[in-house]
Amino acid sequence: MSASLPRPPRLKELARHEEAQPRFLGGHSLCAGCGIPTVVRTVLNAIEGPVVVVNATGCLEVATSRYPTTAWNVPWLHAAFENAAATMSGIEAADRVLRRRSPDRARAPRTTFVVFGGDGGTYDIGLQSLSGALERGHRLLYVCYDNEAYMNTGIQRSSATPFGASTTTTPAGAQALGKIQQRKDLTAIVAAHHIPYVAQASISHVQDLARKARTASAVEGPSFLNVLSACPLGWGTPGRDAIASARMAVESRYWPLFEIVGGRYRLSHVPAHPVPVAQWLGMQTRFAHLADRPDLVREIQAAVDRDWQTLVDRVRADAEAAEGSAPAV
Amino acid sequence: MVVMAGDRASSLPGVRATRAGARGMRLLTGAQAAAEAMRQIDPDVVPIYPITPQTPIIETFAAMQAAGRVSGELVNVESEHSAMSAALGAALAGGRAMTATASQGLAYMVEVIYIAAALRAPVVMAVGNRALSAPINIHGDHSDAMLARDAGAISLFAENAQEAYDLMLCAPRLAEHPDVMLPVMVGQDGFTITHSAEPVSLLPDETARRFVGPYRVPTPLLDTARPTTQGTFAMPDAYFEFRLEIEAAQRRALGAWRQIAAQYRALSGRRLGALEAYRLGGAERVLIAMGSVAGTAKDVVDALRARGEPVGLVKVRSFRPFPGRRLAALLGQGRRVGVLDRALSPGGSAPLLAEIAAATGGRVALDSFVGGLGGRDITPDHIAGAFARLGRPHRVGRGATYLGLQREVRV
Repeated sequence: MSASLPRPPRLKELARHEEAQPRFLGGHSLCAGCGIPTVVRTVLNAIEGPVVVVNATGCLEVATSRYPTTAWNVPWLHAAFENAAATMSGIEAADRVLRRRSPDRARAPRTTFVVFGGDGGTYDIGLQSLSGALERGHRLLYVCYDNEAYMNTGIQRSSATPFGASTTTTPAGAQALGKIQQRKDLTAIVAAHHIPYVAQASISHVQDLARKARTASAVEGPSFLNVLSACPLGWGTPGRDAIASARMAVESRYWPLFEIVGGRYRLSHVPAHPVPVAQWLGMQTRFAHLADRPDLVREIQAAVDRDWQTLVDRVRADAEAAEGSAPAV
Repeated sequence: MVVMAGDRASSLPGVRATRAGARGMRLLTGAQAAAEAMRQIDPDVVPIYPITPQTPIIETFAAMQAAGRVSGELVNVESEHSAMSAALGAALAGGRAMTATASQGLAYMVEVIYIAAALRAPVVMAVGNRALSAPINIHGDHSDAMLARDAGAISLFAENAQEAYDLMLCAPRLAEHPDVMLPVMVGQDGFTITHSAEPVSLLPDETARRFVGPYRVPTPLLDTARPTTQGTFAMPDAYFEFRLEIEAAQRRALGAWRQIAAQYRALSGRRLGALEAYRLGGAERVLIAMGSVAGTAKDVVDALRARGEPVGLVKVRSFRPFPGRRLAALLGQGRRVGVLDRALSPGGSAPLLAEIAAATGGRVALDSFVGGLGGRDITPDHIAGAFARLGRPHRVGRGATYLGLQREVRV
């Protein structure tokens, strides 16, 4: 599989880019171990040419723009929680019309319009705005840093929160198992808009994320990255284990890394030795109450296996349709 | 005075003869008139979403786009919230942005209007003023604009289709004035103006374009060589002053508006002051109103004056900023003043009344009239009745008089 993928940007190249022209600066107040800066730096360093960023309300916005300081060395706008995609629609539309109307703007290099939103701002309150922007076909790259709950307001459940997770609004207790609903499959919902490029990525696989960001930034039309981002505070892991916990999500097949290019699914990473999802759950105190519920852990494993199989079947079908042969998965 | 399309002017009491045949005038509804102003402005980005009674504005504009008469980007968004958000983004990016809305749509936008005002995004919004739910009602009143009252946007009210055009054409100048830099809402009463055809005089396209001029914002987001951080997070040590900057800009807007209105008058011959005094000389009883009802009130003033009654009218064109000092000076002392609101503030004073009470500080005796909610007609008789009420002894603390109620509601 991986042989057919475009080569990822080299880490040295990303580092050089950051050194020459840092786009996201230090001094922000995101937590130790937070996955979000990894998402932002990797995505922005992978994009060639100028960028404009719109940020939905959330951890990233609050922690990087406290007046009179800023962590942003690129044009950056925050408007509200639910309207990041719509706000960027207007910026992108302005770029399009000004390139027609103003000779100066027409000569400006191609700009990438990057939206960052958390899962609350993307799966929940911003879904309508996102869907509208995707349907209209604006050339924007929407990056969801998905840490699976409303972390900024203090770890409340979102529709991205997985089954069984204890949050402050779905606390586990003597009579409660944490969140009792399955997480929303946002990546599939976005894919249903038939946009040119959709991918899932993780902070544990930065080269893969960088490649996806670069690929996404080059397409004409909307593109979307759903990036799993660990939240040590909300997940209940030590900060030093943030990357490891995200990696375990991938290696357990809970969070598959794949991309949908022109409607065709392909896997970008196949765990060689998939680990039981219990190992991922076991790293995080938000699932601690499941320790004495092996029946529920088996249910979670069954759901992971089923979703993985569905994904693999789709990948195989798309590959067969494209090449007339099955890939080696 | 407006004539509902299809009605014969002569069948309506008190309607003055219109000048439909006058040279250079076109028969346009308020919605079409607003769209004509938008065509002449030819904004860069126009995010649109349908809602009655504003829809004919965006339909007319979309048809102009389809015919190649405007060349900006029409963005058919999925909600008014997104319409205002896209307009905000476009305006800050460096493109002139306009949109249109009404009622529930304006309510849905309000969050973003607050943000646009603080981020100093000079978005121009055509508003077909309409009642708010519930009960759902598509007809005219001023509740929607009053919901957005404290957002920081400038709020103007047209009396008729001509003013809807005039105010729309001047709105970008006011919004983008360096002393102002705020969103502007141009209100026209739903149906009474939006859907009523009247003779409207337009400036020649080239004159209009030169008058409006190019769009400039000091720190466009598309200027990637000079990155700016906009829409920051402000703690208690910084937030207050940011909001106070909006207040300062609103105050400056009155001066800017005088400038712009004077320039516009030189081009069009039409006065567009923040207030319009109508037969105030010698008037002992004065009614204050906004929007289309001012047209009806002028006819009533004329009729009562013909009978020797000392009555007059003040029309408020600019509700935000509110020209309180100018109004207080106009009213002077000792007059009986009635304020006609087309919105309620349940449990408090109707919004226009509250402004005028604050501006006059007890120097005039005020009576509150509320009418026209949800499109209920305000007839010449209602207005004559209000003037009659102002002729009777004033009683402090009397509540509002509600015009044209169909059943008794104990208040």
